[in-house]
Amino acid sequence: MGVGDPLGMAITHAIASGMGGMRTAGDLVARMQMTRGMKIKEAKEYVAKKLSVSVLELSDPVIMAEVRDDLNIGLVRSLPRRVKGIDAKFRITEILGIDINCVNRFKERVRTSQK
Amino acid sequence: MGTILTRMGDGTYITVSEDELKRDLEDGTRDASEKAGIPTLSDEELRHLFEIYRSPSKVVSVEPGHEVVLSYDAGTLKLQRLGISTGRVHNIQLMERAMGADTMEMGHVDYSFKPVKPIVSDEQQEFEQALLVSTLPLFYGAMPNLAIYSQPDGPLPNPAELLPMGKIKEARASQEAAVKMAVKDIVYVASALYESGADGINFDTTGAAGDPDFLATLQAAKILKEKYPDICIELGMAGEFVLGMHGAMEYEGVRLAGLYPHEQVTLAQKAGVTIFGPTVNTNTSKSCPWNIARAITFIKPCVQNATIPIHANMGMGVGGAPVVDNPPTDAISRASKAMVEICRLDGL
Repeated sequence: MGVGDPLGMAITHAIASGMGGMRTAGDLVARMQMTRGMKIKEAKEYVAKKLSVSVLELSDPVIMAEVRDDLNIGLVRSLPRRVKGIDAKFRITEILGIDINCVNRFKERVRTSQK
Repeated sequence: MGTILTRMGDGTYITVSEDELKRDLEDGTRDASEKAGIPTLSDEELRHLFEIYRSPSKVVSVEPGHEVVLSYDAGTLKLQRLGISTGRVHNIQLMERAMGADTMEMGHVDYSFKPVKPIVSDEQQEFEQALLVSTLPLFYGAMPNLAIYSQPDGPLPNPAELLPMGKIKEARASQEAAVKMAVKDIVYVASALYESGADGINFDTTGAAGDPDFLATLQAAKILKEKYPDICIELGMAGEFVLGMHGAMEYEGVRLAGLYPHEQVTLAQKAGVTIFGPTVNTNTSKSCPWNIARAITFIKPCVQNATIPIHANMGMGVGGAPVVDNPPTDAISRASKAMVEICRLDGL
């Protein structure tokens, strides 16, 4: 918390101890902490198993770019015809086996509009 | 015996001998231990800290595979404060795509729940757009900030004016009324943003107005968790010690004034909090090594007592980070590595 304070701190923390966000699997591990209250070890092991990678590979941007592309769960570079934004979250709910609030709300809105 | 380049808590460079570095680390851990009645760091942990601070490298880091999740208080506002002409949705995309953020947070520029209440529909509108174009988990965050419920900013008599006049009963009555108002506002705003699709709600700088602030947040967290069992609530503190501005407020039979991080987390868990953020303030007249040894000593037992993930506060002026607007890379990376490795944190 608070790692984004002005003028360079966010970058330093991300390099020194951060998982790397969508460059790696940081967003996915964060989701397991947020939805299941998992501690870091358990959250990493859960995500690694779901993605069929090792815990070490979860924070490797080279491996994870390929894994994310293969699984179609969103890349930092928003390529044509690939999922992006909320599309990727639809895929993440399936792959991680979790609920994502905004995905459920999106589905509710679409259902309502079809009535 | 070589000299070591490090910094004071205000960020200025200093050079210390190896003996002085060891002494600062020992004094820092002893200070926290004596204040909170918790163990000092072990010899092995102090040696690890010594090696981190003795390193001549500008940037240090955790070993590959030991990285943790980062969460960001006032996330979108941090770029806005620099005067960069971007909107909050852009800032979320920048942090997601360019800055390696694991999570992000949207907050209003007047970063408290009370001022958001009358404009919450505008916040929902922008937040919903942000959710469509981002993939990382997105919090909505604000401060409970009970101080703005008293005059001149709010309707209640100001306890800070009543207390010097000896009107303790009146001051406490004002704080008790503020708790009720704040709980209502927090639940109202957090419910709206959760129903817009937020992945989590972040209570930032909790306890800034003392024990009434902490009580209102715990009560609001409990109501929200009962209302939305799947909601993620992150609760970050304002300091290592809950100030007894009221002095007699309790949650679940525990007096809030004077609680340290390892005690605060127990109550946060009872209230249904998902992620807890302990905070230790930086002393600018002491060195960074003194401050980090002290901060780690406070936070380590908090992690040990927790069944929920712990994201230590490591922003400017807390968690061993110096109090300076331009945080030096050497000081931040050392604090970051030391805090994660010794406390075995789940995130920062």
